[in-house]
Amino acid sequence: MTLAIDTKSARPFRLAPALKATADALERLGFGLFSPFFNLAAGEDPAGEMKKLTERLAIPAGALVVALLLWGAAAPNIKTSLGAVPGPAAVGEQALGLWKDHVAEREKAKAFHERQAARNAAILERDPGATVKVRQYTGKPTYIDQIVTSLKTVFAGFVLATLIAVPVGVLCGLSRTVNAALNPVIQILKPVSPLAWLPIVTMVVSAVYVSDDPTVPKSFVTSAITVTLCSLWPALINTTVGVCSIDPDLVNVTRVLRLSPWAKVRQLVIPSAMPFIFTGLRLSLGVGWMVLIAAEMLAQNPGLGKFVWDEFQNGSSASLARILVAVFTIGLIGFLLDRVMLALQTAVSPQAGR
Amino acid sequence: MTDQASKGLSRRLMLGGSLAALAAAAAACSPKAPKAGANVAPAAATGDIEKDTLKFGFIKLTDMAPLAVAQELGYFEDEGLYVTLEPQANWKVLLDRVISGELDGAHMLAGQPIAATIGFGTKAEIVTPFSMDLNGNGVTVANKVWAEMKKHIPAGPDGKPIHPISASALKPVVEAYRARGEAFNMGMVFPVSTHNYELRYWLAAGGLNPGFYSPDDVAGQTMAQVLLSVTPPPQMPATLEAGTILGYCVGEPWNQQAVFKGIGVPVITDDEIWKNNPEKVFGMTKAFAEANPSTVTAVTKALIRAGMWLDADNGANRPKAVEMLAKSEYVGADPAVIANSMTGFFEYEKGDKRAAPDFNIFFRNFATYPYYSDAVWYLTQMRRWGQIAEPKDDDWFAATAKQVYRPDLYLAAAKALVDAGQAQKADFPWDSDGYREPTAQFIDKVSYDGRQPNAYLQSLKIGLKAGETVSGGKIVKT
Repeated sequence: MTLAIDTKSARPFRLAPALKATADALERLGFGLFSPFFNLAAGEDPAGEMKKLTERLAIPAGALVVALLLWGAAAPNIKTSLGAVPGPAAVGEQALGLWKDHVAEREKAKAFHERQAARNAAILERDPGATVKVRQYTGKPTYIDQIVTSLKTVFAGFVLATLIAVPVGVLCGLSRTVNAALNPVIQILKPVSPLAWLPIVTMVVSAVYVSDDPTVPKSFVTSAITVTLCSLWPALINTTVGVCSIDPDLVNVTRVLRLSPWAKVRQLVIPSAMPFIFTGLRLSLGVGWMVLIAAEMLAQNPGLGKFVWDEFQNGSSASLARILVAVFTIGLIGFLLDRVMLALQTAVSPQAGR
Repeated sequence: MTDQASKGLSRRLMLGGSLAALAAAAAACSPKAPKAGANVAPAAATGDIEKDTLKFGFIKLTDMAPLAVAQELGYFEDEGLYVTLEPQANWKVLLDRVISGELDGAHMLAGQPIAATIGFGTKAEIVTPFSMDLNGNGVTVANKVWAEMKKHIPAGPDGKPIHPISASALKPVVEAYRARGEAFNMGMVFPVSTHNYELRYWLAAGGLNPGFYSPDDVAGQTMAQVLLSVTPPPQMPATLEAGTILGYCVGEPWNQQAVFKGIGVPVITDDEIWKNNPEKVFGMTKAFAEANPSTVTAVTKALIRAGMWLDADNGANRPKAVEMLAKSEYVGADPAVIANSMTGFFEYEKGDKRAAPDFNIFFRNFATYPYYSDAVWYLTQMRRWGQIAEPKDDDWFAATAKQVYRPDLYLAAAKALVDAGQAQKADFPWDSDGYREPTAQFIDKVSYDGRQPNAYLQSLKIGLKAGETVSGGKIVKT
């Protein structure tokens, strides 16, 4: 007796289930761009997946190419006092230049450390008991260093904002009295721009954060606090709304079970309000990233904001192109941060939609 | 170690003794001038460097060159210092960060340490052991203003305008604007900037009133025919183009930028307003200087060497300096724009490029010595325009200058360099009492003697005189 193997409909492909699972995971985590590839490899519904691919990859890519061509054509015709607006080629060139600068600066740092090591070795040779100094390279921060600084600052500000916004939001949602009390303050402080907060924050930090050799520079603290002050409002408001919109039946259940307030918060409030809280956190991170760039310009935190301001001050013929590189970097990082938050949200509360 | 110390001590005693003798001789020989002070003696040498990791701030102007040179050529490293140079957003942020301690020192306007010490603006005790350069600024006007001004400027045999151009050529233009009801606005970089005082000097010498300050008017526009306001240097070309201001006084590369971009015409350099005027200084808080004397000596030594390199061999190193400054972490402007002023040329009208060998002086003419008379000149101008509201006597000027300018710290560094064979003895004015000789090399030929500030104020036509103050929008006698 022979087994009739239907070779048309069944794909005897061992990896197929794994690939499909990957595709599903990517869909949920917001990387829907890549899932069709995995589905196609798994042999799932080729026609449907090709359509998805067209929609998610081919069309946006095509539009991007058209946009780049339009930009390249229109840019040289707009002349400013800093030269013509740079086209994609100039911006690409400057991006490459920034990378080369980064590599060159790392070389200089290496050379410095070698010199220092040689000097110290010479000192120790002459006098084995001598104390030698080992110092960090004090060259300029490169573009990559500035990106890292910006990311560190925005996370510091964002974490601080979350630590304030979520508890206060839960309180406001649970207690109408607290909500009534805090609402005017929130509504008045919410619209304040970071540039308005900055002088006050700078002065307060200068006065309060006094230390002879701080590991965390004042400019970092100032920028992070400004980010906090501007970005905590979406998280706070969304948390309040989330807590307020918990199904009242569930609240009654907690009363029946006589749960302590802390247990109620932990077991009912937070899990139910999670989608709202995460939406609020996503918005907060987005706002925080925008605010950070503005804050850095004046607080002199050595990040992307300072890069843009310094390039503007340079006023060289390459400056506009470099500023555009920074603009795209900022946009790209903001987009990635948002995706990361979305992935976190999906991981924590799988049933939540976008 | 002790050998060297005792050698140093006896050398110092000898030097001190000969200086004292010279001072006595000098005092005996000049009965007419007010009592010349004792010669400035170098500060005592101390031991190891207290703080070797330092952060200095600067503004993106070509005269931050000594800092860039000291960094790039390893002069800081030679002294055992690990320095980070950080560009600042504007002069106010720079000053605030020096005061708060985030910056250990900075490239400063010569007026900033003085103003901070007397309490005009944020009060703080700032000192300077090193003058960074002489000259380096220019006054640029918008194209349409130049077109009007040109009609009142005599042309030379080659058809080009005769320099220096006096503000009297600007006067009819300003009057025309005011007759039409339009304000004539000009920009400068900071209320206590050298640019502010030089612009005002030039305008007043041409018969224009640049406005007075008073306790009620911190913008300095009382009774002004030309309204002066603060604009950060990099924004000046843009604001000139937009028509918000009709001219500005600023350092390089912003004057040459205007010519390159075709939006303005420089009309005069500050070397033509006052030959060899003091421009920027290296400032630090008094607390820092007192806590870290050896560090200050090391920093000053590195900066003196940088100044020497910049002016070496008749400017042979200047092209290399241009390359350094064009890097984005220093000044960052295009090399072609920086090159003119740094290599001894200055372009006025497009195509009218003239020799300007003294546009930036970094070491010649004792440029790096912090003369008390320089501080006194700035104090006189602050008093002239009312930033110092009450009249002050000559002793006050001298005492204030001594608080801020520290030639003793400068000479300690100079001495160390000479002893180490890195500099020539003749390059430094060991026999000075801190005052330059009286000079009349101003555009209006008025003589300035640092030892007689009030007499100087009397001799200036427009400006507050002894016993005057600004009140209720006009000058009144106290």
